[in-house]
Amino acid sequence: MEIYATLIAILESGLRLCVPLVFACLAGLWSERSGVVDIGLEGKMLVAAFASAAAAEATNSALIGLGAGIIASIGFALIHGFAAISQRGNQIVSGVAINMLAAGLTALVGNAWYAQGGRTPPLEGDARFQPLTWPGAEAIDHIPIIGPIYAHLISGHSALAYCALVATILSAFVLRRTRFGLRIRAVGENPAAVDTAGVSVIRLRYSAVIIAGILCGFAGSYLALGQAAGFLTNMTAGKGFIALAALIFAKWRAWPALWACFLFGLLDAVAIRLQGVIVPGIGQIPVQAIQALPYLMTVILLAGFIGKAIPPKASGIPYVKER
Amino acid sequence: MSTPIEIPKWADVSLVPVLAVIVAFLVAGLVVLGIGENPVKATVLLIQGALGSGEGIGYTLYYATNFIFTGLAVAIAFHAGLFNIGGEGQATMGGLGAALICLNLDFLPWYIVLPLAILGAMAMGALWAFIPGYLQVKRGSHVVITTIMFNFLAATLVVYLLVNVIGKPGSMSPETRVFAASAHLPYVHEALAYFGIKIPKSPLNLSFVLALLASAFIWILVWHTKLGYAIRTVGHSPTAATYAGISIGRITLITMAISGALAGMLAVNEILGVQGRLLLEFSSGYGFIGIAVALMGRAHPVGIVLASILFGMLYQGGTELSFEMPRVTRDMIVAISGLVILFAGALDGLIRRPVAGVFARLLKSGA
Repeated sequence: MEIYATLIAILESGLRLCVPLVFACLAGLWSERSGVVDIGLEGKMLVAAFASAAAAEATNSALIGLGAGIIASIGFALIHGFAAISQRGNQIVSGVAINMLAAGLTALVGNAWYAQGGRTPPLEGDARFQPLTWPGAEAIDHIPIIGPIYAHLISGHSALAYCALVATILSAFVLRRTRFGLRIRAVGENPAAVDTAGVSVIRLRYSAVIIAGILCGFAGSYLALGQAAGFLTNMTAGKGFIALAALIFAKWRAWPALWACFLFGLLDAVAIRLQGVIVPGIGQIPVQAIQALPYLMTVILLAGFIGKAIPPKASGIPYVKER
Repeated sequence: MSTPIEIPKWADVSLVPVLAVIVAFLVAGLVVLGIGENPVKATVLLIQGALGSGEGIGYTLYYATNFIFTGLAVAIAFHAGLFNIGGEGQATMGGLGAALICLNLDFLPWYIVLPLAILGAMAMGALWAFIPGYLQVKRGSHVVITTIMFNFLAATLVVYLLVNVIGKPGSMSPETRVFAASAHLPYVHEALAYFGIKIPKSPLNLSFVLALLASAFIWILVWHTKLGYAIRTVGHSPTAATYAGISIGRITLITMAISGALAGMLAVNEILGVQGRLLLEFSSGYGFIGIAVALMGRAHPVGIVLASILFGMLYQGGTELSFEMPRVTRDMIVAISGLVILFAGALDGLIRRPVAGVFARLLKSGA
């Protein structure tokens, strides 16, 4: 029974850790499906985390915080969009710039505003997204097997965590079943064909980049207002790149993205759990080995040793209209 | 932009990057203004901190050394049309390479340990860039993504080794023991004192000379050798390279290895020159700022050395500035680097187009 409780605890923590990854991964999905490579997920999450924490601190409202996070993230997404779509600049270079700009600005402004070494004051109460307890969760928690599943895995997460699931459903549906989604996918594979059909490549790509901005806004706000209680310098700590890895792992599809993120979140939870624990028969498992797994698996997958991950054909290539 | 923007070459290599940096600084000035400080005063303090004393100049050049190495690493890859974002990881592995030599061989005299340690740093850095290159050539995975992943892999590997294998026993912080004196690359003030010249103490060490030599080496390699010609051909037009019988795969592998070796040399400055032991995160973002340096220096060694000195000034002056103006922390430099990458890199056209317009008008009125 104790093993079962541990299992539930790890799954619960894995779920929490995968929420920002899911949002960021879907952001990358939208952007890259439209042909705009986005390695600036990390930076957009970071500005969103900062803006949401700052706004929530000022207004004591988590919802206003979320709004501010989304606006800040869209702002950075538009810089990337302007560079990548309008200016036809190098998308990798632009992504690196976004990441550095975000890391520098949030730490600088955070320190100047709050003088606490770059962090915002701790948030509490309405300034955070509190866990939602579903009806009857406490009552059936003690029922064996099913109780903890309902109480800890289904109930008990912040509203944003459920939004991540909704975002996955919406992304999968819109990309796969709607005209807009079809066009987004087409513009990432063969923009010239979309252009010939009389649909604006630029408008499609900008909308995808803005959607990516909104999703990164959710990701960052979850970090600052859901998982933690406020902003910390560089609190994304590579999550944007893990999300990128998950996107490759999911071969640029929405539902597999959710599973890949859950897998990586779970690995993170296991690594935290195993810190310093001696496993009988094996000895101490190096935590770093588990932390390295997402990156290692991505490298192996990309190299085609297990299946093959093929990015959208036109991703990373600026579209130039023939004259 | 389907037609290239025509501007004279001298303007392309000097005027455009300078304008990009000026725009980046103007934006940074607005940020300083936004957090309630005086940007003009900040600039004066920054320049004083960087160049106002012998010690300050020493520190400026010490930081510049790091940027020269990482800037050259990014630049050589640019010439072959490759984007190496793995400078951080390659530098980390370079540190590991240097440390492994020093930990095992530092009982030997300096003239054996030091060259071996430098080669160790270069070899490990090269290896960490060669693998992504190999995976691109043989397996078709893009170096950009693989080098990003390799940054994280290097970080976790070195944490593991420092905590479990090569770390100093009984030490709380993950670091190796201090290397013997024979494995220390002399400081410039020590070297000059040997000749009777006295200069203020600073962490500036002989790596700076190595960095200048590396710049000269890259200049000769890229513009005055057959290999360099092949590298530039591959970068300029892979199709032309194939028709000319140049193996793109081979050039990719060689270029990535050179690039990684250069990034690995960051460890020569930091580990062999200053720290004297391997510790975590000594690469602290230099690898990424190398991208800004390479873009600003237009991937030319002369430009890179100049850009590196500018970033060295920012680092040193920025540290001094943060003492005088606690609200302007060193994070400012990271933001400025981001802006430079943006304006000298991705938004390059924003600056080149007006410049081209001005030149077109000048030519018309002249004719």
